[in-house]
Amino acid sequence: MTMPLMRPKRKNPVLRTRQMNLPPWARGRVALGITAAAAEGRFELQTCEDCGTVQYPPREACRKCLSPRLHWREQDGAGELLGSTVLHHSNDLFFRERLPWRLGLVHLDAGPTLMVHLHGEVGDAPARVRVGARLDRAGQAVLIGFPNEGSAHMADDRMLREMTSDPKFRKALVTDGKTEVGQAIVRALVKAGADIVWVGHAEPWKKLGGLEDISALPQVTLVPLDLTNGRSVTELAGEIGGKVDIVVNNAEVHRSFGIGARRGTDVAKAEMDINYFGLLRLAQEFGPALKGRSADGATGATAWVNLLSIYALSNFPPHGTFSASKAAAHSLAQCLRAEMRPAGIRVINVFPGPIDDEWNQHTPPPKLAPATLANAIVKALRDGIEDVYPGDVAQEWLERWRDNPKILERELAAGS
Amino acid sequence: MATRTSRMSYDGVAVAVPVTVPYQRYSTLGAHWFLGQAVAGLLEASGLAKEQIDGLCVSSFSLAPDTAVGVTQHLGLSPRWLDHVPTGGASGVMCLRRAARAVQAGDAEVVACVAADTNHVDSFRQTLGSFSDFARDATYPYGSGGPNSIFAMITANYMRSFGAKREDFGRICVDQRSNALGNPNAMFKKALSLDEYMAARPISEPIHLFDCVMPCAGAEAFLVMSEARARDMGLPHALIRGAIERHNAYADDPVMFRGGWRVDRDDLYAQAGVAPAAIDFIQTYDDYPVIAMMQFEDLGFCEKGEGPAFVRSHTMTSGGSFPNNTSGGQLSAGQAGAAGGFLGMTETIRQLSGDAGARQVPDARLGLVAGFGMVTYDRCLCTGAVILGKAEATT
Repeated sequence: MTMPLMRPKRKNPVLRTRQMNLPPWARGRVALGITAAAAEGRFELQTCEDCGTVQYPPREACRKCLSPRLHWREQDGAGELLGSTVLHHSNDLFFRERLPWRLGLVHLDAGPTLMVHLHGEVGDAPARVRVGARLDRAGQAVLIGFPNEGSAHMADDRMLREMTSDPKFRKALVTDGKTEVGQAIVRALVKAGADIVWVGHAEPWKKLGGLEDISALPQVTLVPLDLTNGRSVTELAGEIGGKVDIVVNNAEVHRSFGIGARRGTDVAKAEMDINYFGLLRLAQEFGPALKGRSADGATGATAWVNLLSIYALSNFPPHGTFSASKAAAHSLAQCLRAEMRPAGIRVINVFPGPIDDEWNQHTPPPKLAPATLANAIVKALRDGIEDVYPGDVAQEWLERWRDNPKILERELAAGS
Repeated sequence: MATRTSRMSYDGVAVAVPVTVPYQRYSTLGAHWFLGQAVAGLLEASGLAKEQIDGLCVSSFSLAPDTAVGVTQHLGLSPRWLDHVPTGGASGVMCLRRAARAVQAGDAEVVACVAADTNHVDSFRQTLGSFSDFARDATYPYGSGGPNSIFAMITANYMRSFGAKREDFGRICVDQRSNALGNPNAMFKKALSLDEYMAARPISEPIHLFDCVMPCAGAEAFLVMSEARARDMGLPHALIRGAIERHNAYADDPVMFRGGWRVDRDDLYAQAGVAPAAIDFIQTYDDYPVIAMMQFEDLGFCEKGEGPAFVRSHTMTSGGSFPNNTSGGQLSAGQAGAAGGFLGMTETIRQLSGDAGARQVPDARLGLVAGFGMVTYDRCLCTGAVILGKAEATT
């Protein structure tokens, strides 16, 4: 059993805030294949196309037949714990600050032996375990031995919480509470146990539905926030920047049409001003504050979520300028991820297909329900996933894009 | 078992002039300094001139980015045969095997085998993450702090499988400490009781403080030459009766419970023409006591799984029924990097030359030196062993 995480005591302001020392982040290029899969929530190992051997650690040749035809295949992770150890000493600062720390040696049913971080609910050897991959605070994949059947509070495991960004007892900022998506995200964060959710709303004179319901929740505080206005962002960061643990930037402007159907650049500028420059303004003001608190106990600053679009991968001409603004935001989010990584803050990029909202009125189903999108975001925070493609459309586009981006471009140009 | 009866013997090859450059816990000096002093020690003790060293075999971690090649220029040597053996704890056996063949083939007359490492205050930590590709990718990110955690899990698995108890490993460590008290070069000068062993702080359970070696700086070296040459020069020496090595043995064992010695031991004893019972003392590679226990089994002194009973029924001091690591081993003498792989070799030459002082094994005629090196991921890959015999007086 995992002891449920208790609400942390108020921080003693006299003490120095603990700074982050990342776990070892160096990996060879081949080993990054595990990270690439873990970033999307999958546990994959190298598998030989010729003889079927599943091997670990990753190599440049099959250890059995020397074939170079090695592919990453998803694993169920079933295996047997052969032995475990409790570290009371480590030469690495990250672990030194978190001792004691439990490790295990797991013989995977698929063949290889893995060194893993052990979940506290896994008993002594011999024991059946399920191995999964997670991103650690350095953003690199590590393997974790989970109990076959976890208890209700297994997410509160001390080791696991270091790998994930669970909203429980954390304080979040959702940058736009006026949209259905924003409200769904707020509700999902509250349901996941967030302590405080600050909800941004620009242009408070515009009365839109749903905001009152959200603000009635005891965890929710409405805050003025206009991402087009640098001063507005600076003022809010001055007020709450030092307390926010999770930023969810869902503010966006979405208009349809491409280049020829509309004259001038005003709409495209408005899209860029929120979707791209808005992210930039937000990152410049809130980024440093998050980085400074990334090792601040069990509920320290942990993650930054960007609501992008599957159109960021390849332009969808009927929503051409919106696609371009999301591609710009995606590129900037990669920069943000690189800059946040040294502090151990995870940048989660969410790439939904068309959302079932007023700006996709003409888009035929399937469309992503705001609540489904919100749940996918919370799941990504809980599971430590870095790239999320929620919904069937996003998954399908991703598959086509991975298969051949040029073919996808042609297909999208033809309107499918 | 891989018996190779056609393998050429090591007859006529002598191993002589054991040199130890005293260990220091930390040093600001480089590996080259320790190598230089080791070679100087070989020359001084043998009476040879530098030019007469025509073969050089080097083992060192902290020498990087240099190898044996750079050492020749650094020390002004011009050998006609050169080797760099990167097998760490197995390098003593492996340098000896390579040097012996060079001497037999006439490629070199006198080979200096030298292992040296320095230990800066931060060296150990820095070595860990860059030790191997697999360590970087699959163990160091887990906070394992070097081999401690992997050997902890190997130890835990062994204890569970064969009923070993911490006390059994304690017997090995305590007896080695007793041996170290007779070795002026040993880093540890205080006796160790079983109670102290049991009460030590945990490092990576079930491994506790006295199950771990102390990294330090230092060097070990010896010369390999023909038996005739050694005799002509009047050098006390030992003879090679048999030697084996093996790499990446039992790769399909999910966790290490046996080592490569087991694959080749019949070959070893056949070459030496003796049975395990004839061995007077053994120098196991003791990075962790569980590995020493596995060597007792895998080198044929008892069956697999009988290690715990074996250590309960023997005293492993230099005067005991089964002398093991008579220098104190790395657990009590210190681990000077790659020199740890040479420690058993220099000690065995001393024992067989009657030059082991207070820790002399009475009437020592046959000694076995085992090597074990290089944890790249979840086990050590290199194993080796050599049986050395006392050179009998012929005149």
